[in-house]
Amino acid sequence: MIEIFRSPNYNFIGNRRWAYLLSGLITLIGVISLATQGLRYDIDFTGGTLVQVRFEKIPTVADIRKALTRIGMGEAIIQEFGSTNEFILRAPLAAASSEELTKKVEKALSEEPGLGKSEIRRVEFVGPQVGKELQWQAIYAVLFGLIGILLYIALRFDLKGGVAAVVAVFHDVIVCLGALSLMHREFSLPVLAALLTIIGYSVNDTIVAYDRLRENRGKTSARGRPFAAQMNDAVNQTLSRTVLTALTVFFSTAILLFFGGKTLEDFAFVLFVGVITGTYSTTYVAAALVVDWTLYVEGRMSARKKTVAKAGEARKIT
Amino acid sequence: MPRNLRARALVVLVVFLGSLWYLYPPKKAINLGLDLQGGIHLVLGVETDKHVASQTDRAAEDFKAALERRGIVAKRVAREGLAAFVAELASPQSWNDALTVAGEFQTFDRGNEDQAAGRFTMTMQSRVVARLRDDAVRQGVETIRNRVDQFGVAEPTITRQGDDRILIQLPGVQDPERAKALIGKTALLEFKLVDEKADAEAAVQGRVPEGDEVLYQRRVDKQTKVERKIPYVVNKRTLLTGAELTRAEVNADPNSPGNWQVAIEFTATGARIFGDITEQNVGRHLAIILDGVLQSAPRINERIPGGRAVITGQFSVDEARDLAIVLRAGALPAPVTVLEERTVGPSLGADSIRKGMIAIIASAIAVVLFMLFYYRLSGLIADVALVLNLIILLACMAAFGATLTLPGIAGIALTIGMAVDTNILIFERIREEMRVGKTARASIDAGFSRALRTIIDTHLTVMVTAAILYNFGTGAVKGFAVSLFVGLAASLFTAYFFTRLLFDVVYMGRRKVEAISI
Repeated sequence: MIEIFRSPNYNFIGNRRWAYLLSGLITLIGVISLATQGLRYDIDFTGGTLVQVRFEKIPTVADIRKALTRIGMGEAIIQEFGSTNEFILRAPLAAASSEELTKKVEKALSEEPGLGKSEIRRVEFVGPQVGKELQWQAIYAVLFGLIGILLYIALRFDLKGGVAAVVAVFHDVIVCLGALSLMHREFSLPVLAALLTIIGYSVNDTIVAYDRLRENRGKTSARGRPFAAQMNDAVNQTLSRTVLTALTVFFSTAILLFFGGKTLEDFAFVLFVGVITGTYSTTYVAAALVVDWTLYVEGRMSARKKTVAKAGEARKIT
Repeated sequence: MPRNLRARALVVLVVFLGSLWYLYPPKKAINLGLDLQGGIHLVLGVETDKHVASQTDRAAEDFKAALERRGIVAKRVAREGLAAFVAELASPQSWNDALTVAGEFQTFDRGNEDQAAGRFTMTMQSRVVARLRDDAVRQGVETIRNRVDQFGVAEPTITRQGDDRILIQLPGVQDPERAKALIGKTALLEFKLVDEKADAEAAVQGRVPEGDEVLYQRRVDKQTKVERKIPYVVNKRTLLTGAELTRAEVNADPNSPGNWQVAIEFTATGARIFGDITEQNVGRHLAIILDGVLQSAPRINERIPGGRAVITGQFSVDEARDLAIVLRAGALPAPVTVLEERTVGPSLGADSIRKGMIAIIASAIAVVLFMLFYYRLSGLIADVALVLNLIILLACMAAFGATLTLPGIAGIALTIGMAVDTNILIFERIREEMRVGKTARASIDAGFSRALRTIIDTHLTVMVTAAILYNFGTGAVKGFAVSLFVGLAASLFTAYFFTRLLFDVVYMGRRKVEAISI
């Protein structure tokens, strides 16, 4: 039997203050990057036209730009895509209708002497109306996803767990978006799908820990043990599973990221970052918050008991 | 021997065989998305307002004609807004007669009456407006389907999306520009009389005679390729439309070598109207107008009885062929605009599928080897379960007719991850129970029953997320959600029935079990 951990007993929950600091710092970096550089949205959300061209021989961006300038598209974004002879050209909205634009681009590229033969491999056009709708759909999807999770956990476990899980998931979303912004990657529809997957993954992880906590609380050995210790036990008992699963998913997404091709790259990147933060946030955001919340509530209850008791004593004396 | 082992084996066997049945033959079973096989994805917006407006215009014309039949002179009958028209009588004396006529227009409500001025407004009832809008989209779908069928595309998808949108997916189309032009053309064919007395120059500068309009004919010079626009002044009244057409064929234009023409034939009614028009207007010019552009305006030399006509223009053979298709398929009731378009060339589709498949196969192999290495015999069980999981997933997608897209492939990759997690949860739990000192069988029992509770919770939450994704997402995201949802359902099934079944078969037999290979 190969084992990574044999009855591990690390003090995860005890170190949660440091983790809060770390989470705060990473989230802050993410938020700052989002605030200053923002997210680069794909045309799915901004509307616009995208043309993917493959050239027979490797072109220079300057030649492509020259060709595009002649048809008044000098402002278009030109980006290498996957390999040195494949490019993506993006034009903002209202440049022309998509069919005219494609024709014009095809003609301009074929007439530019510095460029060899080219093939248009993909054209995407998203109208302003659709772009706006997709933006809203993205926001709704994340929002309702979170609400769905909150309700499910609140019903199956308790409200504290539900809120803490949603905070943890929210933390993961911010970290992933921050990473996208820092790495100048694009926010597109598939990236949105990846983000929602991470929400699912992170919650999955959190529930495994909660489930274990709930199960342990039913046992006699748990009686009288402080809540923080119980939570720490649950995290330790599920540790080998957490690490094994995180590693397999991590390697799967790494393969997707490095070999899945350019179209899947941004998608895989979010999964890659998300697996790490999702695993981390289970212990250090969700579980830690439940512990602190419970301690706070218990503290207030015992404080109230004390004051009630004191008041009773005081009455006796007088 | 555990209870109902046979029953459970039967369930698994039925599911397995059913899956294989749906997956046969594999090439045809699974629909590949446009991103994987190349093709066009279009979302068109139908301008239903224009349909409502044109129907109101038509009603206003009919109303004016109805007034005239009763000898009532109207100063003005004109559309106001989208779905209403104002009628103004020449004299208030005919008020009561006019109201009788108005009563015959039952889909309109009369309002804003001003008897002294002889004026009232007719407003189309809102349910009629709603029906017209609905008709415009429904007929649009039908018409486009007709055109695409005649154009010859294998397995097109043409469906209505929401209130006023049409989703069109044409897999494997080689010439997207042409297909788009064919689909998006309104193809409203109209015959109107040219106003011979009017001065085209003056009309262009804005002095258009009452009841006339200016239309342009486009002519491209063969040598210089410069496009000229020639103005014509024509009567606004449409005498005949393409709705009365039965046939449209392409043939070479005998008068202009290298150009093609479309020969059309009218229905019996159309032929009668056409005969009347030509009889009454010998010597005048008849303008043939397609989508507001004048194609030609031949002189009527004599009455044309057979209901045949020819549309000439500077058509190439493809243009003429496509024009014939759209004329045969009929006009779109309202113009459409492209809201979203995604065209993927076939070579790019092949690239994506190859790279995606390589990545998935690589990650699957890595996972399989890891499980085997870490959990030994139990790992093998997990691997077999994983294969079954994939088979069920693909079979479900085939059964539902779901499309496999690139994000869908990613969803499958993720499902593999979750399915493996399920097994890890179970195995770790069994190990724990063994450590406490339970017997092999008791460990398996306890491990499964405890782990399953967690597994159900984790699967359900992610399935809830996938369902939400499906409802709020479009295209790419939907494909992802479908494969994730189905994959998780399959994973739940294999964990509950299949993995347990294999464990029972291996360890719960009559012989005594000393240790578990885990």
